[in-house]
Amino acid sequence: MAKVVVVTSGKGGVGKTTTTAALGAALAQSGQKVALIDFDVGLRNLDLVMGAERRVVYDLINVVQGVAKLQQALIKDKRIDTLWLLPASQTRDKDALTEDGVARVIAELRESHDWVLCDSPAGIERGATLAMRFADTAVIVTNPEVSSVRDSDRIIGLLDAKTEKAEKGQRVDKHILITRYDGARAARGEMLSIEDVLEILSTPLLGIIPESQEVLRASNLGAPVTLSDPASGPARAYLDAARRLKGETVPMAIPGDKKRLLDRLFGRRAA
Amino acid sequence: MTSTSAAQARPSLGFRGRSFMAYSLTPQPPIADWLAELDKWARNSPGFFVGRPIVLDLAAVTLSQGAIAHLIAELSLRAIRIIGIEGAVPADLGADLPPLLKNGRAAGMDDVSGAKPAAQQQEPSSLLLEEPVRSGQSVIFPHGDVTVVGQVASGAEVVAGGSIHIYGALRGRALAGSMGNSRARIFCSKNEAELLAIDGYYQTTEDIDSKLRNRPIQAWLEGDVLMVAASD
Repeated sequence: MAKVVVVTSGKGGVGKTTTTAALGAALAQSGQKVALIDFDVGLRNLDLVMGAERRVVYDLINVVQGVAKLQQALIKDKRIDTLWLLPASQTRDKDALTEDGVARVIAELRESHDWVLCDSPAGIERGATLAMRFADTAVIVTNPEVSSVRDSDRIIGLLDAKTEKAEKGQRVDKHILITRYDGARAARGEMLSIEDVLEILSTPLLGIIPESQEVLRASNLGAPVTLSDPASGPARAYLDAARRLKGETVPMAIPGDKKRLLDRLFGRRAA
Repeated sequence: MTSTSAAQARPSLGFRGRSFMAYSLTPQPPIADWLAELDKWARNSPGFFVGRPIVLDLAAVTLSQGAIAHLIAELSLRAIRIIGIEGAVPADLGADLPPLLKNGRAAGMDDVSGAKPAAQQQEPSSLLLEEPVRSGQSVIFPHGDVTVVGQVASGAEVVAGGSIHIYGALRGRALAGSMGNSRARIFCSKNEAELLAIDGYYQTTEDIDSKLRNRPIQAWLEGDVLMVAASD
């Protein structure tokens, strides 16, 4: 039985698709059977980030409407053989999604995989609420910036109200993933600090992903950052986050701290 | 001649004060329409009045002695037995009418609004929340105080008929005394409020003294001015 994880945020452009790809690839590389579902109907991106855009035949809407079987729509990753992608439709919109259809797809994937990661669209409307509806766990992607934090808080409220688990009186396990973290800017007060974000959201931290050029490079290459550049700051942070998602205890590394330590050792001051 | 000693020798009459609860019916003018409404209720709840002690409260109507007698006759046709009358003066009541009652008080009784008299639930007078109130959530509790053990996020609101107590940061809106209670207060451990209001009188972040930001505060009404002061 798979664990269903929704990667959501409320705010757009904070790193949900990047995170779904990176975490999915990291989990699959450790031997887990992982299925990624793109719920952003009409504005699909997960297929691009995964480098699968030229192999899309059927999509989530086709499966929901019974036009295609799930096995026909799932695209197997060429690099990791335990990683599959169910892309969204580009020509339709979220109104084509039905709760029953989504329930069937997730139920079927639960049987055959270890992890089902749902890449939520931005916002709080149908696409986002359906992406979170059947989740056991939520990764709430947040930039350390006031609008993103407030939108994440809104999403946390929805996770406690509009999911199947919440309706049954249970809780969705929620984790914050801080992305695009820039330690220098936080120190200058230009960005919220990690403590600020956690104080406002009062939800456990899954990981801190540093702002970096590698993420953009990876998505333009059509590869999750954990595959294209595993030694980079973001990749290492995502790999740690994937381990924490599996339940391991991994000490939290604050990106940028290492650099400052070296600077201190050599008597230099950070910019 | 006093006869106290003589009274002790006789058997007691058993004449003493007792209090009972009765229902009271208050007819509203015009009486004909009110009787029609009564008939409608009786159709939904047949036999409701049978066996119940009913007092007729005439405070809302002005009826002559004859009209009162006629009304009581109309009610007894509907199996409603009047045991007493309130809201009238002795001059209006003849000897054959039920006696005048004074000093009636409201009393909690079985629910009378439905066909099935249900046991009255004790209305909760305060609400306790142990989870933070998330952005976009709206907590509305007109019956009394609201206590939040946790923070109230930016973009969230708490609306209470009574006072609001927040053991955490208030980053959203708090509206106390929402049902017209000007004595309600707002307390929070860390003031970052977007709006504070008591009985409709409000202040937004801009109006509140910036020196009070991030401090524990108390807000109350003095007349029609919302006062906010630090409580540390």
